[in-house]
Amino acid sequence: MFIFNGLKTFSKGGIHPEENKLSADQPIQILPLPGSVSIPISQHIGTPAVPVVERGEQVKTGQVIAKTGGFVSANIHASISGKIAKISDEMDSSGYRRMAIMIRADKEEQWLDGIDNSGKLITGIPYSRDEILQKILNGGIVGMGGATFPSHIKLNIPKGKKADVLIINGVECEPYLTADHRLMIEKPEELIVGIRILMIALGVDKAILGIENNKPDAIEKISSLAGKEKGIQVVPLKVQYPQGGEKQLIKALIDREVPSGKLPIDVGTVVHNVGTTYAVYEAVLKNKPLIERIVTVTGKSVKNPGNFLTRIGSPVNALIEAAGGLPENTGKVISGGPMMGKALNDLDIPVTKGTSGILILDEKEAHRKASKVCIRCTKCVQVCPMGLEPFYLQNMTMRGNFDEIEANRILDCIECGSCSYICPSNRELLDYIRLGKSTVTNLIRERQRV
Amino acid sequence: MNETILTTIITLSSLGAVSAIILYFIAKKFHVETDPKIEAVEEVLPATNCGGCGFPGCRAFAEALVAADDISSMHCPVGGNDVMKKVGEILGAEVEEKDPYIAVVKCSGSFEHRKKTNVYEGASNCKIASLLYGGDTGCAYGCVGLGDCVESCDFDAMYMDEKTGLPVVLEDKCVACNACVVACPKDIMELWPKGRKNRRIYVACMNEEKGGIAKKYCSVACTGCEKCVEECRYDAISVTNSLAVIDPEKCKLCRKCVDVCKSNSILEINFPPPKDRAPVDRPDRKLAMTKSEEKMQEERILNRVEKQEGESENPQQNTNIEQGEKSE
Amino acid sequence: METKLLTVSHSPHIHQVQSIPRIMYDVVIALLPALIFSVYVFGLGALMVTLAAVLSSLFFEYVIAKYIIKRKPDILDGSAIITGILLAFNVPSNLPIWIVVIGSFVAIGIGKMSFGGLGNNPFNPALVGRVFLLISFPVQMTTWPVPFQDRMSFADTVTGATPLSIIKEGIKNGESMTSLMKQIPSYTEFLIGSQAGSLGEISAFLLILGFLYLVYRKVITWHIPVTIIATMFIFSGILWLGNPEQNMDPIFHILTGGAMLGAIYMATDYVTSPMSIRGMYIYSVGIGVITILIRVFGAYPEGVSFAILILNAFVPLINKYVKPISFGEKVKNG
Repeated sequence: MFIFNGLKTFSKGGIHPEENKLSADQPIQILPLPGSVSIPISQHIGTPAVPVVERGEQVKTGQVIAKTGGFVSANIHASISGKIAKISDEMDSSGYRRMAIMIRADKEEQWLDGIDNSGKLITGIPYSRDEILQKILNGGIVGMGGATFPSHIKLNIPKGKKADVLIINGVECEPYLTADHRLMIEKPEELIVGIRILMIALGVDKAILGIENNKPDAIEKISSLAGKEKGIQVVPLKVQYPQGGEKQLIKALIDREVPSGKLPIDVGTVVHNVGTTYAVYEAVLKNKPLIERIVTVTGKSVKNPGNFLTRIGSPVNALIEAAGGLPENTGKVISGGPMMGKALNDLDIPVTKGTSGILILDEKEAHRKASKVCIRCTKCVQVCPMGLEPFYLQNMTMRGNFDEIEANRILDCIECGSCSYICPSNRELLDYIRLGKSTVTNLIRERQRV
Repeated sequence: MNETILTTIITLSSLGAVSAIILYFIAKKFHVETDPKIEAVEEVLPATNCGGCGFPGCRAFAEALVAADDISSMHCPVGGNDVMKKVGEILGAEVEEKDPYIAVVKCSGSFEHRKKTNVYEGASNCKIASLLYGGDTGCAYGCVGLGDCVESCDFDAMYMDEKTGLPVVLEDKCVACNACVVACPKDIMELWPKGRKNRRIYVACMNEEKGGIAKKYCSVACTGCEKCVEECRYDAISVTNSLAVIDPEKCKLCRKCVDVCKSNSILEINFPPPKDRAPVDRPDRKLAMTKSEEKMQEERILNRVEKQEGESENPQQNTNIEQGEKSE
Repeated sequence: METKLLTVSHSPHIHQVQSIPRIMYDVVIALLPALIFSVYVFGLGALMVTLAAVLSSLFFEYVIAKYIIKRKPDILDGSAIITGILLAFNVPSNLPIWIVVIGSFVAIGIGKMSFGGLGNNPFNPALVGRVFLLISFPVQMTTWPVPFQDRMSFADTVTGATPLSIIKEGIKNGESMTSLMKQIPSYTEFLIGSQAGSLGEISAFLLILGFLYLVYRKVITWHIPVTIIATMFIFSGILWLGNPEQNMDPIFHILTGGAMLGAIYMATDYVTSPMSIRGMYIYSVGIGVITILIRVFGAYPEGVSFAILILNAFVPLINKYVKPISFGEKVKNG
C-alpha cells in the first residue's frame, strides 16, 4: 500500500488525466419516457437472455420479457409499459445485428403489481441469504460499472472459498463521468441499506467503500451515515486512474493482490459498484428490477451536461436532446468514459444496463495524432497498472509472435488505456494489444479443444 | 632474429595442424546423416519460403516430401506442375497434375457501392479496424480496405485500388501462396482455380444478411435471391445464409448466372465483353496501376526491405518473423 | 437527413499533452543554465562550439534523412538539437570547429541515422561522437582552457588540466595526496563550476538544477541519475577508505568530470537505457562501477563516456531478461 498525502491508492502504475467532472453539481434528472424502447437481449457478459414475450403482447413496466439463457446470464425486463412492436435483429453497439425487443409505449404507464416505485426509504431487511440472491437474480442485476457481469453469480461464492470483506466501488475514476458521484450524494441512505443487503448475501461482517477524494461531498455524506452502522467503513482514496479497476481497488483498499488469472474471491473479497448496490437495494426491498440507470451526458461542447435517470432501451439521441442537443462541431460520441468507453457510429442505439455515460467530443478533441516511432521512453511500462510492457506487446503482436506475448502475460491486460494515453509518440499501443489479446485467447481455446 | 621467425612459424603451423586434426574428428563424430535427396529437392523448389505449401519454408517442404510415402497431395503453388514434376522425378514418385490457382477478392463493395457509416481512426490494420463495427461501412462482412492482404503479399502481386478502396490481384504475379487468405480477417480472399484461358466466375460478396438489409448498405451485395441457382444447369451454385456460392469444380463458365444477377455480385473475369449488356464493374480486372498507386507500391517494397534490415540489427527483437507468422 | 459521419476509434479517446518535441525541448531548457554559465566561464569559444555542434547536427540529420534514408526529415523534433548540445558539452570549448563538425557527423551519421534514426540507435549518439573524437584527436580533446581566461578569444587560450587528470598524473608520478589536493580547486568551486573541463560538465549545481526540472516535468525519473551517483559515491568511498593516500574521496568523484552530466543527461537517454525500473538499477550500477574503475585503475582520467557506452551495449540483454514485476506475480497476501 503506497501512502501519499496519507491517502491510499494502488502501487503500480497509474495516470491522472484531467478530471473534467463537468456535471458533478447537476442533480439527477428524470429523462422523459421515450415513445418506444429497443431492449437488446444481451446486455450482460455471458449467454443472451431468451425472449418470453411475443409480438403484439401487452407488457407492464417491470415485467420480465426475456429470461436467463444460461448460468452466466441475466433477466431482461420491460422498461416501459406498452405493446411489443417487434422482436428483431437490430444494430447494437457491437456493430453486429443482435436480437432486441421493441416496445411501443402506452399513453399511461402501468407498473407491474408489487413494484414499489415510491421514493420511500425501507431499512428493514427481512430476507435470508438465499432469498436475497433469488431477488437479485429475478431483478436482472448486472455490474453497472461497465463490465455488466451478472451480480447473482458474483455473490454466489463457489464451494471452498470464503469472502471476509465486501468492497464497494465508489471510485468513478473515469474522467467526465459523475453518475456514481451523484448517486452517492442523493441516495446515501439507500446505498447504506444496499451495502447491508450485500453483506448478508455474502455472509461478511465488514464492508469498505472506496471513494476518490475528488468527491469530498460524497465522502462526507456517506461517512456520517456509515458511522452509525456496524462494519461499514468509508475510505477516501487518492485520485488515480484506473483505481476503479477491481484488482487495483482491492490492492488500494485492503492491500491484497489478486494473482494473474484469479478472481477477487480468491483473495477473500468481492467488489460491487455503487450503482449495482443501489440496484440491489431496489430489487430486494422494493421489488423493482433493473429497468433504469443513471447516465451522465457530458462533454465540453455540451450545452447542459447532466445526469439523467434513464429507462433501459431509450435511444442515445433522447439523452443528448435532454442535455441540449448534439453540438454542431461534434466529432465523436462515446458510450462510457473517455478512457475505456466505446465510440458510437449511430446515435439511435439504445441505452443498456452498462451505459454509464455519453461523452461528446468536438472535432478538435475527437482526433488522434499521427503515430510516430517508439523512442523507448518507458512511460508505458511505468504507467501500466498491471506491470506489463505495452511497447513490447505491441511490437510482438505486429510481428505475429503470439507465443511471446502470451508468455509476457498479455491476458493480464485490463485494457485501461493508460499506455496509449501516456505515449508521447501517440503509438496505438492498446489497439494492437487488444488484437494480440483476442488472438491469444483464440489460440488458447483452440489448444484446449485439441 | 631468424630464430624468432622460425619459432613463430613452427608454433603457428603446429597449432594449425593440431586444430585441423581436432576439427576433423569432431566433424566426423558429430556428422549428421542427411538424405541427399533433401538437398536435391530443395534445389528444385523456388526458395521463396512463402509457406504456400503449408510448411514453414522450402527446406521443411523438401524434408516432408522426402519423408512422405505418397506425395500426390503435396503441392508447391509457386513452382506449379513443372517443379512438382521435377520433384517427382527425383523421388521417383507419382505427382498429380494440379490446376493453377489464383487469389480472388470476394467483395465488390467499392466506395461508390458501399457508403461509409463512420470514420475510422487508429492503427492501419484491418483486424483492429474490424473490431469496431466491423469496419467503416454498414456491411460488416465486406472489405475493410486497410490492406492487410497487400501487406502480407511477398510477391508484390497485390495493391489497393485508390478509386474503389478494394485490393487488386495482379494475375501475372500471384502464385496462390495463401498468405492473403490467412491475413484477411473477413475471409474475403480465396484461392480460386485460374480457369480455362484464365477465365473464371465467382460471387464477389460475403454478406450473409437478408437481402433487404444487405442491399441497404451495399448496392452490389448478394441478396440470396436464388435466381442464379435456378439458372445454373450444372448445379454449381448454392445459397446458404442468403449468400450464393459457386462451386468452381462444377462451374462450366457458361456465364448464365452473370446475366441474371440483378445486383451484379457475380463477377466474370477475362471473358470477352458481352454484346447485349454493359460490362460489370470488376475491381479484379483492372491490371494497370495508376501513377500514385505505383508510387505507393514502391514505397511499400522499400519499407519492407527496411523493416527486415531493421530486424536483424536490433538484437532485442530476436524472433524469426518468418517462422512466427507462418507457424501461426 | 444526411448527418455528418462520426469518428470512431478504439479507446482511450483522450491523450496527454506530452509529445516527443515537448520532451526534447524540455531537455534543452534543462541544459540551458549550464550552457549560459559555460559561456560566462569560457567565453566566446563555448558559444561557437555549441552553435557549430547544434547546426551541423541538424544539417547532417536533414541531409541523411532526406537523401540517404529517403524519409521525410523531421529535424524539428528536437532530438538532433539535444545530440548537438550534448556533444558540445562533452568537448573543450577551444576545440577547432572542423573537429566539432566531424564529431557531429559521427554522432548523427554513424551513431544514430545508420541504425535507422530516432528510436533505433543502440548507443547514445553524442557519446559515440565524443569518444570518436577523443580517440582520433587526443591532444585537442584533452587540452582544456582555464576558466575565466581569454574569454573573448577562441583559438589560443591558456590551457590547463582538469582536476581528474591532475590527480591521475600526480598519483602516477608518486606525488602525495596532500600536495595534489592543493593543486585542485575546492569542492565549493566544483559545485559552482570554476574548474577546467569540458564545456558543459563543469557546474554540478546547474546540472542538478536541470535534473530537478526534468523530474518535475516528468521527462525522466530519478532512478538512473541517483543510482549512478550513489554507486560512484559508495564504490569510490570503499576504495578511499581502503587507501586514502592513493585514492580521492567520494565527494571529489561525484563532483568532477562528466559524472553529473553523464548521469543526468547521457545515461537517461530514452532510446539507450533499459525499459524496466529493475533494469535501470542494474544499468546504473554498472555505469557507476565502470566509471570509477576507469578513473582509478584505467589509462584515462575520465571514464563516464566509456562506461555509458559499454552499458548501452548491455541494454538489449537487460531488457530481455529483466522484466518488470507484473501485478499479482509476487503475491504476499499472508
